[in-house]
Amino acid sequence: MSAPERDHGTTAVGRPTLELRGVDKSFGAVQVLHDVHLTVYPGKVTALVGDNGAGKSTLIKGIAGIHPFDSGEVEFEGERVTLHSPRDAAKLGIEVVYQDLALADNLDVVQNMFLGRERKRGVLLDEQSMEVAARETLAKLSVRTLKSVRQLVSSLSGGQRQTVAIAKAVLWESKLVILDEPTAALGVAQTRQVLDLVRRLADAGHAVVFITHNMVDVFEVADRVAALYLGRVAADVPIDQVDRTQVIELITSGRSGDLGLSAEDLED
Amino acid sequence: MSSNTLTAAEASGPQKPAAGFEGDRQDNTLGGAVRGYVDKLRGGDLGALPAVLGIITLGILFTVLRPGTFLSPINLANLAVQATPIIVLAMGLVFVLLLGEIDLSAGVVSGVCSAVLAQLLVQAGVGWPIAVLAAIATGAVIGMFTGSLVGMVGIPSFVVTLALFLGWQGVTLRLIGQGGTVPVREPVIRALANENLPLAVGWALAVLVAVAYAVVELWRWRAKRARDLAHQPLLLVVLRVVLMAVVVLGVTAILSQDRALSAAVDLAGIPYAIPLVILLLLVVTFVLSRTSFGRHMYAVGGNAEAARRAGINVTRIRVMAFVISSSLAAISGILATSRLSSVTPDAGAGNTLLYAVGAAVIGGTSLFGGRGRARDALLGGLVIAIIANGLGLLGVAAYLNFVITGGVLLLAASVDALARRRAATAR
Repeated sequence: MSAPERDHGTTAVGRPTLELRGVDKSFGAVQVLHDVHLTVYPGKVTALVGDNGAGKSTLIKGIAGIHPFDSGEVEFEGERVTLHSPRDAAKLGIEVVYQDLALADNLDVVQNMFLGRERKRGVLLDEQSMEVAARETLAKLSVRTLKSVRQLVSSLSGGQRQTVAIAKAVLWESKLVILDEPTAALGVAQTRQVLDLVRRLADAGHAVVFITHNMVDVFEVADRVAALYLGRVAADVPIDQVDRTQVIELITSGRSGDLGLSAEDLED
Repeated sequence: MSSNTLTAAEASGPQKPAAGFEGDRQDNTLGGAVRGYVDKLRGGDLGALPAVLGIITLGILFTVLRPGTFLSPINLANLAVQATPIIVLAMGLVFVLLLGEIDLSAGVVSGVCSAVLAQLLVQAGVGWPIAVLAAIATGAVIGMFTGSLVGMVGIPSFVVTLALFLGWQGVTLRLIGQGGTVPVREPVIRALANENLPLAVGWALAVLVAVAYAVVELWRWRAKRARDLAHQPLLLVVLRVVLMAVVVLGVTAILSQDRALSAAVDLAGIPYAIPLVILLLLVVTFVLSRTSFGRHMYAVGGNAEAARRAGINVTRIRVMAFVISSSLAAISGILATSRLSSVTPDAGAGNTLLYAVGAAVIGGTSLFGGRGRARDALLGGLVIAIIANGLGLLGVAAYLNFVITGGVLLLAASVDALARRRAATAR
């Protein structure tokens, strides 16, 4: 039930929350991820970019334990870990906010945030303490767009649903929050809200991986950018070392100037 | 009321943004509650409205058409007892419907369980507690079987239960025997639908229910307000408490009148079946709304994939829904057996299932899953019983009876489908 306590004091920004080294993944004869290296830091937003089929989904599914990696090393907060099931990932404090949201429309905001991890007193659900905790979490994230925490999720807009899904990750004190295209289906104002929320999430000390196709979003909130090209990491650099054109080149050809994959890598 | 949100924000730590849950503040006034209710109706969630309107309209209709008969104490008592097997069967179906599944075999399962009950009492001569437990256990095992086929093998519930609808009728026929009728004269079983609580006990129970409801509701309201949680306005809570007291005491008053047709005998009091149904209603309501099992039922019905990702064992929930549904079907069968004082080979066949599905849907349970409560079965069951009872009083031809009841189910399903469409477009 209880999530491990996060300690801002001892978690130095220098130590990565998650570090992947030489990770491979194949589905049958098709190798989807080749020797992937990725480093994710606490308090930072890492934008994970790449064209369709570059391996973004496979990578996050590996981190989430849904499709475990075939080989390579995974370190979480400096310790070697294995991610063989979603349960392993959840135990470490890895929360994935999926594109299709995974919220139950017929339940209210509080019920969704605690789904599967309800607080109980004896056999009874402890509705009151859950409502208090949900409110506190939303307040912490400065969420002002919800009318009531007892509103059904079916009555929420796309941006509000995204907000609830993200707040759920915060509620569970997740150390690493992976957001799968959170702004894909949103309008301008709602995208704004979600990007602000992503920023606050990182400022609160969470490591955030943010998958997107939108370059504006990348330069808006990301601290680092990791570009995948045909299953390889073309670059994993601080955002101020690249510009928009370079990121697009990395996505489309795997190289940009002296950044990116070597000619040798690109050949096979 | 702005202090509400401030305290929540202050408690949250270093940042102190105003949380601004405007809706929570509106909720605390009666006007806000009314607006909220209208919004809910507009959004397609009709709740208990169709059933309550149905009870009132049909009540007036049959009173006008059969003045003196429909509202007579003996008919109302008869109607209440008539409704009990439908309500209990519908209560079980609520679990299955919540998941967006269907159990077409629920009616005939109640038949099989009554047959088991009857043969144990009559042929084997066991005591009623064992016979009742065996009947309910039969229901649970049948539910486990159905649920496994649906949840583990993955056959659509429509097909599984359609096959079992035929299959279990065969079993009942085998147990009872062709053309036979097994009379059940066991006094306790017979008493359920045919004997009444002593008047004083009936009144005491009624007062207890009304007071307990008031205490629980007011206590919960106070606790929520004390912690600045979303709560209803006090006036609304009081109105609900008063309404509940009026209904409970009113029904008790009606059933406590002497309804004997001859002056020589006394026939008054609440039939035993009614407190049994109220007890089941409380238990089912508790399970669905106050336990994590109930919460998971709703979650699986609303979005099975989300439930799975939240770590809920979806297969287990599916199987359990059928186990509970069939167990309640067994209790429904026991009540039907008591009412008829016998079991026939066609027990639970015919329109039994149609009545129960109709009851749940009229009460507000969605055929698409995710929405439903125990009280839906009670309210919808009363509507169905009033229709069956009223048409009986009018002496309409059998064919019309079928047509009308089928029509009512179609109407309820249409309302459900339209409400769902409305909810989808309202977003």
